[in-house]
Amino acid sequence: MQILYFAWVRQKVGLGQEALDLPADVADVAGLIRFLSARSPGHAAAFAQAKQIRAAVNQEFCAPDHPVRNGDEVAFFPPVTGG
Amino acid sequence: MARILVQEACFDVAAEQALLAEGRVDVGGIAAFTGLCRADDGISALVLEHYPGMTERALEKIVAEAEARWPLTGCTVIHRVGRILPGEPIVLVLAASRHRSAALEACAFLIDWLKTGAPFWKREEFSDGRERWVEARASDDAATARWAG
Repeated sequence: MQILYFAWVRQKVGLGQEALDLPADVADVAGLIRFLSARSPGHAAAFAQAKQIRAAVNQEFCAPDHPVRNGDEVAFFPPVTGG
Repeated sequence: MARILVQEACFDVAAEQALLAEGRVDVGGIAAFTGLCRADDGISALVLEHYPGMTERALEKIVAEAEARWPLTGCTVIHRVGRILPGEPIVLVLAASRHRSAALEACAFLIDWLKTGAPFWKREEFSDGRERWVEARASDDAATARWAG
Protein backbone atom coordinates (compact mmCIF):
# COMPACT_ATOMS: atom_id res chain seq x y z
CA MET A 1 0.00 0.00 0.00
CA GLN A 2 1.04 3.61 -0.48
CA ILE A 3 1.33 5.98 2.50
CA LEU A 4 1.52 9.73 1.86
CA TYR A 5 2.46 12.53 4.25
CA PHE A 6 1.78 16.24 3.89
CA ALA A 7 2.76 19.53 5.54
CA TRP A 8 4.45 19.19 8.97
CA VAL A 9 3.59 15.49 9.13
CA ARG A 10 5.78 15.05 6.03
CA GLN A 11 8.54 17.17 7.56
CA LYS A 12 8.56 15.20 10.83
CA VAL A 13 8.42 11.79 9.17
CA GLY A 14 11.13 12.93 6.75
CA LEU A 15 9.37 11.34 3.78
CA GLY A 16 6.69 12.42 1.32
CA GLN A 17 5.56 8.86 0.75
CA GLU A 18 6.47 5.27 1.33
CA ALA A 19 5.22 1.87 0.15
CA LEU A 20 4.61 -0.94 2.62
CA ASP A 21 2.76 -4.20 3.09
CA LEU A 22 -0.10 -3.86 5.51
CA PRO A 23 0.51 -6.04 8.59
CA ALA A 24 -2.21 -8.65 9.12
CA ASP A 25 -3.12 -7.23 12.52
CA VAL A 26 -3.81 -3.70 11.25
CA ALA A 27 -7.48 -3.19 10.36
CA ASP A 28 -8.14 0.53 10.46
CA VAL A 29 -6.59 3.98 10.26
CA ALA A 30 -5.97 4.14 14.02
CA GLY A 31 -4.17 0.79 13.89
CA LEU A 32 -2.10 1.97 10.96
CA ILE A 33 -1.04 5.06 12.93
CA ARG A 34 0.09 2.84 15.84
CA PHE A 35 2.06 0.65 13.41
CA LEU A 36 3.65 3.60 11.60
CA SER A 37 4.56 5.35 14.87
CA ALA A 38 6.98 2.52 15.66
CA ARG A 39 8.85 2.74 12.34
CA SER A 40 11.23 5.59 13.26
CA PRO A 41 11.68 8.48 15.73
CA GLY A 42 10.44 10.78 12.95
CA HIS A 43 7.25 8.79 12.54
CA ALA A 44 6.77 8.78 16.31
CA ALA A 45 7.20 12.56 16.44
CA ALA A 46 4.78 13.11 13.56
CA PHE A 47 2.03 11.03 15.15
CA ALA A 48 2.67 12.13 18.75
CA GLN A 49 -0.16 14.69 18.71
CA ALA A 50 -2.96 12.36 17.63
CA LYS A 51 -5.58 15.12 17.78
CA GLN A 52 -3.68 17.11 15.17
CA ILE A 53 -3.62 14.26 12.63
CA ARG A 54 -6.18 13.91 9.85
CA ALA A 55 -6.35 11.04 7.38
CA ALA A 56 -7.65 10.21 3.93
CA VAL A 57 -8.13 6.72 2.51
CA ASN A 58 -8.12 6.58 -1.28
CA GLN A 59 -8.35 10.39 -1.38
CA GLU A 60 -11.44 10.68 0.85
CA PHE A 61 -11.28 12.22 4.33
CA CYS A 62 -11.99 9.55 6.92
CA ALA A 63 -12.23 8.87 10.64
CA PRO A 64 -9.74 6.80 12.70
CA ASP A 65 -12.05 3.77 12.63
CA HIS A 66 -12.13 3.67 8.82
CA PRO A 67 -10.90 0.26 7.56
CA VAL A 68 -7.66 0.01 5.60
CA ARG A 69 -6.66 -2.70 3.15
CA ASN A 70 -3.48 -3.54 1.31
CA GLY A 71 -3.58 -1.59 -1.94
CA ASP A 72 -5.18 1.49 -0.36
CA GLU A 73 -3.64 4.92 -0.69
CA VAL A 74 -3.61 6.37 2.83
CA ALA A 75 -2.56 9.95 3.55
CA PHE A 76 -1.80 11.65 6.88
CA PHE A 77 -1.71 15.40 7.36
CA PRO A 78 -2.63 18.24 9.74
CA PRO A 79 -6.03 19.96 9.61
CA VAL A 80 -6.32 21.72 6.26
CA THR A 81 -5.68 25.47 5.95
CA GLY A 82 -6.49 26.41 2.36
CA GLY A 83 -8.60 29.22 0.99
CA MET B 1 -19.72 23.20 -16.49
CA ALA B 2 -17.56 24.28 -13.60
CA ARG B 3 -13.99 25.44 -14.13
CA ILE B 4 -11.72 24.08 -11.40
CA LEU B 5 -8.00 24.81 -11.46
CA VAL B 6 -5.12 24.23 -9.05
CA GLN B 7 -2.10 26.12 -10.33
CA GLU B 8 1.04 28.03 -9.39
CA ALA B 9 0.33 30.88 -11.80
CA CYS B 10 -1.69 33.93 -10.88
CA PHE B 11 -5.16 34.36 -12.36
CA ASP B 12 -6.97 37.16 -14.17
CA VAL B 13 -10.24 37.92 -12.35
CA ALA B 14 -11.73 39.94 -15.20
CA ALA B 15 -10.90 37.30 -17.80
CA GLU B 16 -12.34 34.57 -15.59
CA GLN B 17 -15.54 36.57 -15.07
CA ALA B 18 -15.85 37.17 -18.80
CA LEU B 19 -15.67 33.41 -19.43
CA LEU B 20 -18.79 32.88 -17.30
CA ALA B 21 -20.85 35.27 -19.43
CA GLU B 22 -19.31 34.55 -22.81
CA GLY B 23 -21.82 33.65 -25.50
CA ARG B 24 -24.88 33.64 -23.24
CA VAL B 25 -27.51 36.14 -22.13
CA ASP B 26 -29.15 34.24 -19.26
CA VAL B 27 -26.60 35.21 -16.60
CA GLY B 28 -28.01 37.85 -14.26
CA GLY B 29 -25.06 38.13 -11.89
CA ILE B 30 -21.64 36.81 -10.99
CA ALA B 31 -20.53 36.84 -7.36
CA ALA B 32 -16.79 36.89 -6.81
CA PHE B 33 -14.47 36.22 -3.89
CA THR B 34 -10.73 36.71 -4.17
CA GLY B 35 -8.57 35.62 -1.24
CA LEU B 36 -5.32 37.54 -0.84
CA CYS B 37 -2.11 36.85 1.03
CA ARG B 38 -1.89 39.14 4.09
CA ALA B 39 1.48 40.13 5.58
CA ASP B 40 0.49 38.86 9.05
CA ASP B 41 3.33 39.13 11.58
CA GLY B 42 5.62 40.41 8.85
CA ILE B 43 5.73 37.20 6.82
CA SER B 44 7.76 37.32 3.62
CA ALA B 45 5.80 34.61 1.79
CA LEU B 46 3.14 31.93 2.09
CA VAL B 47 3.91 28.50 0.65
CA LEU B 48 0.83 26.50 -0.30
CA GLU B 49 1.11 22.71 -0.38
CA HIS B 50 -1.67 20.38 -1.53
CA TYR B 51 -2.52 16.73 -2.18
CA PRO B 52 -2.54 16.35 -5.98
CA GLY B 53 -5.44 14.23 -7.10
CA MET B 54 -7.41 14.48 -3.87
CA THR B 55 -7.48 18.27 -4.12
CA GLU B 56 -9.21 18.22 -7.49
CA ARG B 57 -11.65 15.52 -6.31
CA ALA B 58 -12.49 17.48 -3.18
CA LEU B 59 -13.05 20.70 -5.13
CA GLU B 60 -15.26 18.86 -7.64
CA LYS B 61 -17.38 17.50 -4.78
CA ILE B 62 -17.76 20.93 -3.19
CA VAL B 63 -18.72 22.49 -6.53
CA ALA B 64 -21.21 19.67 -7.23
CA GLU B 65 -22.81 20.37 -3.84
CA ALA B 66 -23.13 24.08 -4.67
CA GLU B 67 -24.65 23.23 -8.05
CA ALA B 68 -27.17 20.95 -6.34
CA ARG B 69 -28.20 23.67 -3.88
CA TRP B 70 -28.38 26.71 -6.16
CA PRO B 71 -29.38 27.17 -9.83
CA LEU B 72 -25.98 28.23 -11.12
CA THR B 73 -25.26 29.00 -14.74
CA GLY B 74 -21.55 28.59 -14.11
CA CYS B 75 -18.92 28.43 -11.44
CA THR B 76 -15.14 28.85 -11.22
CA VAL B 77 -12.72 27.84 -8.48
CA ILE B 78 -9.01 28.59 -8.92
CA HIS B 79 -6.62 27.87 -6.04
CA ARG B 80 -2.95 28.71 -6.29
CA VAL B 81 -0.18 26.56 -4.81
CA GLY B 82 3.52 27.18 -4.32
CA ARG B 83 5.10 30.42 -3.07
CA ILE B 84 2.77 33.41 -2.80
CA LEU B 85 3.90 36.88 -1.75
CA PRO B 86 1.95 39.30 0.49
CA GLY B 87 -0.60 41.18 -1.59
CA GLU B 88 -0.88 38.45 -4.21
CA PRO B 89 -4.12 36.55 -4.77
CA ILE B 90 -4.40 32.98 -3.44
CA VAL B 91 -7.86 31.83 -4.40
CA LEU B 92 -10.72 32.85 -6.69
CA VAL B 93 -14.33 31.73 -6.40
CA LEU B 94 -16.91 32.86 -8.95
CA ALA B 95 -20.56 31.84 -8.95
CA ALA B 96 -22.91 32.88 -11.74
CA SER B 97 -26.68 32.64 -11.75
CA ARG B 98 -29.82 34.26 -13.15
CA HIS B 99 -30.32 36.08 -9.84
CA ARG B 100 -27.99 37.61 -7.27
CA SER B 101 -29.10 35.69 -4.19
CA ALA B 102 -28.10 32.31 -5.65
CA ALA B 103 -24.80 33.71 -6.91
CA LEU B 104 -23.92 35.40 -3.60
CA GLU B 105 -24.93 32.45 -1.42
CA ALA B 106 -23.16 29.88 -3.61
CA CYS B 107 -19.98 31.99 -3.62
CA ALA B 108 -19.97 32.19 0.20
CA PHE B 109 -20.72 28.47 0.48
CA LEU B 110 -17.87 27.59 -1.86
CA ILE B 111 -15.21 29.61 -0.06
CA ASP B 112 -16.38 28.44 3.39
CA TRP B 113 -16.27 24.80 2.30
CA LEU B 114 -13.03 25.18 0.45
CA LYS B 115 -11.30 26.33 3.64
CA THR B 116 -12.20 23.21 5.58
CA GLY B 117 -12.89 20.56 2.92
CA ALA B 118 -9.98 20.65 0.50
CA PRO B 119 -6.45 19.40 1.24
CA PHE B 120 -4.34 22.56 1.16
CA TRP B 121 -1.81 23.61 3.79
CA LYS B 122 -0.20 27.03 4.28
CA ARG B 123 3.33 27.54 5.57
CA GLU B 124 4.47 31.04 6.51
CA GLU B 125 8.02 32.10 5.71
CA PHE B 126 9.82 34.94 7.48
CA SER B 127 12.72 37.03 6.20
CA ASP B 128 15.03 35.69 8.93
CA GLY B 129 14.56 32.13 7.67
CA ARG B 130 11.98 31.02 10.23
CA GLU B 131 8.91 29.18 9.03
CA ARG B 132 5.59 28.30 10.64
CA TRP B 133 2.65 26.15 9.52
CA VAL B 134 -0.67 27.97 9.69
CA GLU B 135 -3.01 26.34 12.19
CA ALA B 136 -6.61 25.53 11.35
CA ARG B 137 -9.10 27.95 12.89
CA ALA B 138 -12.24 26.98 14.77
CA SER B 139 -13.99 29.95 13.14
CA ASP B 140 -13.50 28.31 9.74
CA ASP B 141 -15.17 25.12 10.97
CA ALA B 142 -18.03 27.23 12.32
CA ALA B 143 -18.36 29.01 8.97
CA THR B 144 -18.64 25.66 7.20
CA ALA B 145 -21.07 24.28 9.78
CA ARG B 146 -23.60 27.04 9.12
CA TRP B 147 -24.27 25.44 5.72
CA ALA B 148 -25.16 22.04 7.22
CA GLY B 149 -28.58 20.56 6.66
